[in-house]
Amino acid sequence: MKDAVRVDRLTKTIAPNWPWQPSTEILRGVSFSVGQGEIFGFLGPNGAGKTTTLKILLGLIRKSGGQAEVLGMPADTVEVRRRIGFLPESPYFYDYLTAEEFLRFYGRLAGMDGDRLGQRITLMLETLGLTEARHRQLRKFSKGMLQRVGLAQAIIHDPELVIFDEPMSGLDPMGRKEVRDLILKLREQGKTVLFSSHIIPDVEMLCDRVAVIVKGEVVATGKVDELVGHGRTKTIEVVCEGVRGEDLSSVLERGVRVVDRGVQCLIEAPDSQGLDEVIMEIRKRRGKLVSVTPHKGSLEELFVQQVHAKE
Amino acid sequence: MYCVGVIALNTFRENLRDKILYNLVLFSGLLIAASLLLSSLSMGEQEKIVADMGLAAINFIGVVIAVFVGIGLVSKEIERRTVYIIMARPISRAQFLVGKYLGLVLTLSVNLCIMLLVFLVTLWWSRGALHASLLQAVELIFVELLVVTALALFFSTFSSAMVSASLTIGLYAIGHLSPDLKGIAEKSQNEVMTMVMTAIYYLCPNLEMLNVKGQAAAGVTVPLFYQLTATAYGLCYAGVLLAMACVIFQRRDF
Repeated sequence: MKDAVRVDRLTKTIAPNWPWQPSTEILRGVSFSVGQGEIFGFLGPNGAGKTTTLKILLGLIRKSGGQAEVLGMPADTVEVRRRIGFLPESPYFYDYLTAEEFLRFYGRLAGMDGDRLGQRITLMLETLGLTEARHRQLRKFSKGMLQRVGLAQAIIHDPELVIFDEPMSGLDPMGRKEVRDLILKLREQGKTVLFSSHIIPDVEMLCDRVAVIVKGEVVATGKVDELVGHGRTKTIEVVCEGVRGEDLSSVLERGVRVVDRGVQCLIEAPDSQGLDEVIMEIRKRRGKLVSVTPHKGSLEELFVQQVHAKE
Repeated sequence: MYCVGVIALNTFRENLRDKILYNLVLFSGLLIAASLLLSSLSMGEQEKIVADMGLAAINFIGVVIAVFVGIGLVSKEIERRTVYIIMARPISRAQFLVGKYLGLVLTLSVNLCIMLLVFLVTLWWSRGALHASLLQAVELIFVELLVVTALALFFSTFSSAMVSASLTIGLYAIGHLSPDLKGIAEKSQNEVMTMVMTAIYYLCPNLEMLNVKGQAAAGVTVPLFYQLTATAYGLCYAGVLLAMACVIFQRRDF
């Protein structure tokens, strides 16, 4: 099956305002692909090039070099956008329109009309909990409601590929859950979802595969499990009472980290052998074992590590 | 073409819900009504003053709307980033631009009709004659507004609102000085000056050709051939500006 999105050595350079100024490289050979029916996360710090990449895929920006294909067609093809839905970061909408007028406008731009459009508008408003606000102008909507109506316009024409730029941005926990649930529902319907985000726990929870972009280059790409080390346990956290950090000097040499927290002591052992030594030492000191928690690698650690590596 | 219509209707709806336009049309109504007061101060020229002021008010308000709404047609969409979602739909940039232009033209048409109605009622109230020349003048005012709107839209594809407004108003003024430019070119002894003035005369829109308000107020009609030629000139000029705007907009990054 062909990839929904294929990006190969994509570059984008911004020409300077004056001839003596240097040009700015925004993207330096970005390559990744998004399989059909998967949820793909695009991670990166501010200014990494995430939004630029998404805009090139939507034909909003012209690429300087490389290839960008969406649903088997070049990214700047007008016709392919009939099969794409898009929600930008912190979108602004025509606030003089009511929710219904807004969805009708964008539905018509996607080529829909008549009864089919009317039914889809009703379905979208019901699905996103906006039925009561159908005839209300968008200027009277809350931030959460605006995000939901923005999601509605992105999927009203039942696109095959949905692209979101920071969809959880500025939302409260309920709003974020609603967006997560919608993304999962889209995958169940066989849609492909590509979204950029800073919120790593959401990406870990939702995505089949991710790409991490830093300073215009993709530094890691693949399944979340593979990227964080196949779920291998990295460290083991032990919490005990009745023992102080200075009493554990014999295990500190083996790379164990100790933090005193009031009556409790938190000990981080590097591996299972280190764990055995820590537990023996706690028993020797007649301490009380409270909890033992293995820590696997996290996407956040990978993200931070890659960002520091590029600095 | 369907998408062009959708964009045009949405632009028209946006303008309708913008209260500034109501204020401008109300102001034009007041100007036209004020002509009744002024005309009462004159001796035997009441009809001409009402016709003159009425046509001038229609022209002035129309140009204000064309310039100040026209310069925001594209720049506002880019500043507010509403253009992102629109251009992510299966609509070309040219279709978007033409749709925005037609939306404003529709707005201007409705406003012009309202102002024309107020004007004709005022004229009738003052017992003035309803000459066909007045309708000729209004038709050519409409063509002038098409050109001014195209100018504002053209500049807004690559410059800020402030710069677009300055350039549009500047060209509007030059457009009404066309006969003088031609006169300077003919009388100048300096070849470079002649070339420059001739170039400006031909490149800038000859808006004076579309100005028959003086004759219309005096009840004098212009020949049909002249009216058709002037209309065709205005439409062609606006068309060329729109085409150039589409070329520039096509290459723009958002």
